Amino acid sequence: MVDFGFKLSKSSAIVLSETADPRFARLVALEPDVMRCMSCGSCAGSCTAASFTTLSLRRVILDLQRGQTADATGQIKHCMLCGKCTLVCPRGLNTRHIILSILQVYKEEE
Amino acid sequence: MEERFALSFDPFVLPFMVGTYFVFAWCIAAIIKVLSQLPATDRHRFYRSLITPQNIVKNIRDIFCDCLLHVRLWKRNRLLGYMHSSIAFGWFMIILIGHIETILYVPNRVHLLYYPIFFRYFMKVHEIHLQGALLFFLMDFFLLVILSGIALAIFKRFRSRALGMRRTTRLTLTDRIGMYALWSIFPLRWIAEGFTAGVAGGSFMTIPINWLLKNFMSNPENFTAAWWAYSIALGTFMFVLPFSRYMHIPAEMMLIPMRNAGLKVRHYRRGFALAQVYSCPSCGVCIDACPMGAQKKNNSLATVYLNRQIKRKNEEKLNKISDACLMCGKCEALCQIKVSATGLRQDIRSRRQYGIHQDYGYLGGVSAAAGSGKVLYYAGCMTSLTPVIKRSVAALLDRAGVDWSNMDADGTICCGRPLILAGKMDEAKALIAKNTEIIKSSGAATLLVSCPICYRVFKEEYQLDGVEVVHYTEYFNNLLSSGRLPVENSGRKLVYHDPCELGRGCGIYDQPREALSHVASLVPAEKERVESICCGGSLGSLTLNWDDRGAISAKSLENLMYSHPDAIVTACPLCLKTYARSAKVPVKDFAEIINDNLKQ
Ligand code: SF4
Ligand code: SF4
Ligand code: SF4
Ligand code: SF4
Repeated sequence: MVDFGFKLSKSSAIVLSETADPRFARLVALEPDVMRCMSCGSCAGSCTAASFTTLSLRRVILDLQRGQTADATGQIKHCMLCGKCTLVCPRGLNTRHIILSILQVYKEEE
Repeated sequence: MEERFALSFDPFVLPFMVGTYFVFAWCIAAIIKVLSQLPATDRHRFYRSLITPQNIVKNIRDIFCDCLLHVRLWKRNRLLGYMHSSIAFGWFMIILIGHIETILYVPNRVHLLYYPIFFRYFMKVHEIHLQGALLFFLMDFFLLVILSGIALAIFKRFRSRALGMRRTTRLTLTDRIGMYALWSIFPLRWIAEGFTAGVAGGSFMTIPINWLLKNFMSNPENFTAAWWAYSIALGTFMFVLPFSRYMHIPAEMMLIPMRNAGLKVRHYRRGFALAQVYSCPSCGVCIDACPMGAQKKNNSLATVYLNRQIKRKNEEKLNKISDACLMCGKCEALCQIKVSATGLRQDIRSRRQYGIHQDYGYLGGVSAAAGSGKVLYYAGCMTSLTPVIKRSVAALLDRAGVDWSNMDADGTICCGRPLILAGKMDEAKALIAKNTEIIKSSGAATLLVSCPICYRVFKEEYQLDGVEVVHYTEYFNNLLSSGRLPVENSGRKLVYHDPCELGRGCGIYDQPREALSHVASLVPAEKERVESICCGGSLGSLTLNWDDRGAISAKSLENLMYSHPDAIVTACPLCLKTYARSAKVPVKDFAEIINDNLKQ
């Protein structure tokens, strides 16, 4: 190729669909409801485990969407699967299945 | 009476003989397989029960009542009961009488398996004595009984609703082949015996056929084609039997003693579970029973298909079927062979691999102090979302002057049942241990719960050493009948919903009704007690989504509104929340209604 004395540098834009964690895609496939969360926080407000820990399902879902998996997995393991969040979720999401799917798809991280 | 042929054999018996030996060999292999898959303790338990006298009596009685007479099915649906028992019992009697005839007239042929079956081919009569006439009559009588059952079965295939079934099972190819073979066996036998009735004798069924045939055929005496057809139909049936639903015939005879020995499902595909799924005759009762059938697409999640997929080892479908189930237990309660619908599903769920393991180490620091009343009230997670229940329970306890305290006023630790339902027994144990510690250290004599989900797990999984676990329906019913809660009868028309975990789960049906009858007039739902329909909110289902649950709730409400009640009462916080979303009449809690009707 003729050398014109300059070259194109690689685009620095972040293409989310390329860098996204494939585990999140698996999570969505297992329970599509996870995409419908509107981060209202009702789940966290009523959470049984939250009386003793900092567990917030709202935050866990946001974490996973942003790739902050260590924080998410550290929290979700405190869930007792009691189902209160399912009852209060204004979007009617199947939160227990979201949680079970997270437990299945992700691994514990330090 | 004497033999027609010197050679007591004819090639036409071969299809029957080969088929029968095949089935015998298959069953022996299956028995060995199932027994070898049982854990050693279960196996010994089973063997011991086989030689315990009272179990022997029970086994024989159950095999007779369930396999031949189908007593359970009779109780549920008389036409279906007649259909099944006429074929099973009639067939059994024909085989039995065939043997009696052989023993009486040709005892030297008893060792030939086919002789009693094709007796009328090999024999001829000169004169008929009373004894012979009676046997002939009985043979024809039971043939008629079977034929009427077959006619009913054919009718049911095309018009199942007429027999009280809304939905029937989708049949597999082998099921179909077996079914057509079964349908044809007895009409063919009728014709074959009709051909030989002139020589071998007959009665009111076979003689008229013989007479008819004589008028159309030149030499009907030696018509072996009909006997060939009969034997081939029998052989075909035997050959497809192990691969079709008809395997339930031999399998159930094994299942009954195993069930009476008290065995439990340890693995969804091995041992006892295998005996269960092969004993399922695909009767389809579980399809109509299942609340998920509110949507047509979910019919395929019924237990009959769980059994089928266990046989086929289709793990993907198994996971789908097991995860959707509400664990309401209705199909199990109505199933004539008591397939462990929920136990099998729970076992499938428990074998799932997770990347993250739940950790409740944080509970270690939670103090075990929980008041000092004689009665300890555990509200639980769900009740804390329905403050009206908590308030009413507190008001009633105070009014009756009970010395009580609240176990989970500052933060509930879940009872563990939701984890168990998700197949996470080990995780649940951590919660159970902590709650046990709290309950024991409180020194209370009674643990009072308002949630049936908690009630069941406290009853089944907790070792509380003498602390009595009571549901508030039992407790307040006692207070009402002993006069410690003075109430007035409002005369309001109420319908009571049996929560799954309380009714089918723990057998509590009468106490809530008795208590409510003090304060209102109870009207029946269309289906209630053991046939009550899940509200749709059950934690048992892992995958059903909002719309699926909504459809179930709608059906369940329709059932409750049968007698046009003024309000619905339930004794479960989860049902309360679920119904309140869409009910057209007020939905009330049990304690709330009692509290509303207290005398001032
Ligand atoms: S299921 Fe888990 S996240 Fe939801 S309320 Fe219960 S403990 Fe909290
Ligand atoms: S309650 Fe439902 S919508 Fe709200 S944050 Fe939780 S999961 Fe999302
Ligand atoms: S599981 Fe029970 S109810 Fe369902 S088809 Fe089999 S025998 Fe019938
Ligand atoms: S337990 Fe209930 S929801 Fe599950 S299959 Fe049986 S009837 Fe259907």
